Parts: sequence; C-alpha cells; structure tokens
Amino acid sequence: MKYQTQKIALVYMGTALGLFAIQVTMGLIIGWIYVQPNFLSELLPFNVGRMLHTNALIVWLLLGFFGAAYFLLPEESEREIHSPTLAYLQLIILVVGTLGAVVTYTFNLFEGNILLGKEGREFLEQPIWVKVGIVVAALMFLYNVTMTVLKGRKTAITNILLLGLWGLALLFLFAFYNPGNLALDKQYWWYVVHLWVEGVWELIMASILAYLMLKLTGVDREVVEKWLYVIVAAALFSGILGTGHHYYWIGTPGYWQWIGSIFSSLEVIPFFAMMAFAFVMVWKGRRDHPNKAALLWSLGCATLAFFGAGVWGFLHTLHGVNFYTHGTQITAAHGHLAFFGAYVALNLAIMSYAFPILRGRDPYNQVLNMASFWLMAGGMTFMTFTLTFAGTVQTHLQRVMGMNYMEVQDQLWVFYVMRFGSGVAVVLGCVLFIYALAFPGREVVAPGPAQRSKEPPETVPAE
Amino acid sequence: MSETGTDDFSPLDQLPGDLMMWVLIVSELLVFGAGLAAFLGVRITDPAGFAASQDLLHRTAAGVNTLVLVTSGFLAALAVRSAEAGRIGATRVRLAAASALGLVFLVIKGLEYLEKARHGIGIETDSFFTFYYLLTGFHAAHVIAGIVILGLVGIRCAPRTVEVGAAFWHMVDLVWVLLFPVIYLLR
Repeated sequence: MKYQTQKIALVYMGTALGLFAIQVTMGLIIGWIYVQPNFLSELLPFNVGRMLHTNALIVWLLLGFFGAAYFLLPEESEREIHSPTLAYLQLIILVVGTLGAVVTYTFNLFEGNILLGKEGREFLEQPIWVKVGIVVAALMFLYNVTMTVLKGRKTAITNILLLGLWGLALLFLFAFYNPGNLALDKQYWWYVVHLWVEGVWELIMASILAYLMLKLTGVDREVVEKWLYVIVAAALFSGILGTGHHYYWIGTPGYWQWIGSIFSSLEVIPFFAMMAFAFVMVWKGRRDHPNKAALLWSLGCATLAFFGAGVWGFLHTLHGVNFYTHGTQITAAHGHLAFFGAYVALNLAIMSYAFPILRGRDPYNQVLNMASFWLMAGGMTFMTFTLTFAGTVQTHLQRVMGMNYMEVQDQLWVFYVMRFGSGVAVVLGCVLFIYALAFPGREVVAPGPAQRSKEPPETVPAE
Repeated sequence: MSETGTDDFSPLDQLPGDLMMWVLIVSELLVFGAGLAAFLGVRITDPAGFAASQDLLHRTAAGVNTLVLVTSGFLAALAVRSAEAGRIGATRVRLAAASALGLVFLVIKGLEYLEKARHGIGIETDSFFTFYYLLTGFHAAHVIAGIVILGLVGIRCAPRTVEVGAAFWHMVDLVWVLLFPVIYLLR
C-alpha cells in the first residue's frame, strides 16, 4: 500500500461484503418461496424479501465501487484522498440510510407520510429522507474524489471512472421525480435503472477492469487506454438509446420498438470488447502477478458479463421476441447472470486484488478464494440455465398456449427446486470468499516443474 | 504475422484520422444497416402498403438533396487536400461551402417534413412512415452534428482534424446514398 488513505477502501469493502452475505441469504429465502409459496408469507411477504434482495445488491455494489475508487484513485493520481473524514462520514450516512430504508419497508412504518414513508416504486422504494441522504453522500463522495483527481495525475482510468461516478450520481436524481402517470413513471424510472447498469456503470466497470489489467498483466498503459476509450464509446453509443428496449410495452409510441431493438442489439459489443480486452492483455502481458485469484475473478467477470449481459440480453431484446418473453423467467435468467458477471464479479475481483495489499498479507487464502469463484460462478451459471429453461416453458405454456399464470407456475416447480440448489452453492461460495479474505491463509501450493523452470521474473515489481 | 515479442505495431495505427472516429463510423453504419434491414424485412409483410406510402414521398426533392449532399462531400474532400497543402484559408472556405450545402439539405428535408405534416402524416401513420421518420430523422440529426463538426475542425484547422471531420461527413453522405434508393425508389 503506497498511500495511507487507501485504507478507507477496507471499511467500504468490508461493509459491502456484509451486505453481499445478506443479499444472497435473502435470495435463498425468496428462492425457497418459489418452491414453497406459503413459506414466511405472514412474516416476510415475497415483495419485501425481493426488495431486500435487489436493494441490498445495488447498495453493496455501490459501496464496492466507492471502495474501489478510494483504493485506486490515490495510486492513479499519485496522491492521498482529499478528505478521509468526509469519506468515513459518507459511509455512515449510506449505512444509516440503508438501515432506515430496510426497517421502514419491512415494518411498513409511517405509511403515507411523504417524507418518512416508503414510496412504493419498484427498486426506487426508499423513503424521501433516505434518497436525500443518498444525494448528500454522493455529493460528498464526488467532491472528495474530484478534488483528489484534480490535484493529482490525470489518467484515462481516473477520467473514465469520474465520468461514470458523476453520471451515476446525476442520474439518481430522476428517483425524485414521481409522476402520477404510470407510463411516465416507468419511463423516468428506467433513466435510473437502465442508464446506470447499461450506461454509466459500464464506464466504472471498464475503468476498474482496466486498472486491474494494468496491475495484473503489466501491459503498457497506452495500450490499456486505447482499449478503454473504444469500450466506453461503444457502451455509450449503444446503451443510451438502448434504453428503448424497456419502452416496448409501457405505453410509449411504437417507434421505440425499433430504436430499442436496434441499439440494444449493439449493447453486446462493449461487453465482447471487454472480454477480448481482458484476454488479450493477459496474452500480451509481461508480468506474472502472484495474485492469481484476482486474475481469475477479472477474467471471470469479463466472460460472464459478456454472456450474462451481452448474450442473454440479446436473447430477448428484439421486440418481436420480447413480445412473448417479457417478464418471464427468461428476464430473471438474464438479470441474475448479468448482475453477477458484470458487477458482482467485478467487485469481488478488485476486492481480491485490494485486500491482501490493504492488510499487508501475502500470500493469502488464494486457493479458497478461487474455490469460491468456481462455486459462485458455477452456481450462477446453473441458475441461469435453469431459469432459461423455466422461462422457455413458461413462454410457451403461458404466452403461446394461453394457460393460466398459476397453472404454469406449477409446471415450473422442478426448475425452481434446481434453482434453489444452485442458490445454495452461491451462498456457500459467498461465505467461502469472505472467509478467504478475512482470515490468513494456511495452505501452500508447491509449484510444479513448469512454474519452477520459469525464468526469474523481470525487474517489473509486483504492485 | 510477426512473432517478435514487442509488436506494438497494429493495423489500427494505419487508419487515416482518428481511431475513435472509425469506431463511431462503424457503429453508425451498423445502426443504419440494421434499420434498413428491418425496413426491408417489414416491407416483405406489406409490399402494397409500403408502395402506396412511398408514392406520397417527394422523390424529386430527395433526388436534389442527393446531389446537394454528394457535392458537399466533394467539397469536404477538397478541404482535406488544401489542409494537407497547408492552405488554411482555402480549407476554411471549402469547409464553409460544404457546411452551407449541408444546411441546404436540411432546408429541403424540412420542407419535405412540413409537406407531410400538412397532409396529417406522422411517425405513427403506418410502418412505412415509422421507418421513414426514424431513418431520415436520425440521418438529419447527423447532418446537423456533421455541420457542427466541420465548423469545429474549421476553427482548429490542421490536416489531421480536417481529415477526421471529413471522414464523419463522408459517412453522413454514404448513409444518405443508401437511404435514398431504398426508401424513396425501391419498388
């Protein structure tokens, strides 16, 4: 660790991992409700459980991004974070806000109160005071990181990261606008949800991935930057108007069907480019970095993002297809692998890289960490296939044959059981990952002849 | 392929202008290509309806516009030459002329839209006009963007920047040359 303030990242990442554990546990519970629909129906209604599952995901990913920014910005801009106090205060506000949203929603406190009660909008259900808190925290964060970058060295990675983070905060402002017209409500709502995950978050993803590739493979910065700019251009070009694929059936004019189909089909390109980038960098790299787990997560992230977000997204993005598949388990399959591949794996990659450095621990539990990768990646992939098959059956029975929704759900039971099983694997993987980062490693894997016979590494130091 | 370990040589480096402009051009061509393919695909389902709607279009105006835009592209190409010869004044005059013809294109296009609107034809009228407005409207937006770009490279006048700006302008030109026969003429 070159800069003392990089330590800020540790508490952010730690909090993020705690929420990650809660998120997947909640996923397991609602996964079981699909198998046993009356499970906890009085205590924890499905909609509350699902809210916790999705919101905990978003919050921990954001905390992870913030942590990643605090970790990599000092190194990239070659100076300490502007104000560590502000950074810790920001975390406190976010944690209090998150707890406030969870408690308000779970117990339905202050019903109807405009300031304290839940708003009831899917994914944007936080009470107003929490939303204000989020904006305050975001402003503190933006001030802090922008000041750090402005005073220090500016690189393509810091520029793109800041662009992504600013976009993230500004787009959240649409969460405050809640028009009475439901079609309009949904239209603006996607400004937050879609323009985050298929817009500015991709910039954050690309810059963090670029940082990891720079550190792990030792490729020239110039090469990394060229890729980064191309990826970002492709992401924004396709992603912004690609929002149209959410406007097919919400009451917006019909031309959105063509805008959405054409632009969102191109959204696969930046994800393919990111995967190609990661593998080409490893191929061209001249550094044999000892942190193999971080490299595994980075490559896994790029690959699973391509399949989850790119391929599974394209699967149902053309409006002729989506007419049948909209809102079926096909959507769930895409959502799960896309979020896991693009953003969960990305966070776990930067954490796998940062934790040993932040805690001054080398070697660490790499074998356990890599085992957790295969458990989680295997579990999520299995879940994706299960839900895709469930969605195919559902589409046919419900949308083609015209069977009743609940009758169809009975037919999907076996898929839901299998999905629950894959969820167990993911939760185990999550626990294993946290253990691998939190506790010192004991196992040592003796290198085989191929590794031993390698030339001693060049004088490129491992960072 | 070379087998040297330090091959930072890339065919991308040989592209004229800027790599990012080529990324943009390829992306644009993919979008317009997909749009035209979709247009032709939907046309198969209703050839008579498409032909009837097509007859409402003003073919002569679009034909004149084709001449206007191609001439404008020629002027932009001349501007690249004069920029390479270091004649800044001539470059700016040629870029301004190219932009002026871009404006002429927009005026003619605007008159076409106006005439359609007078007859109560809009983007929701039928599938043909949905595509007509999406494709030509999106193209017209690029003409506006192109005029801005030509203006910018006129201000920061250098062989490389003029080349980058002209590349974009040629793309706008090329797209129109593809849109015109498919939308206006194809029977």
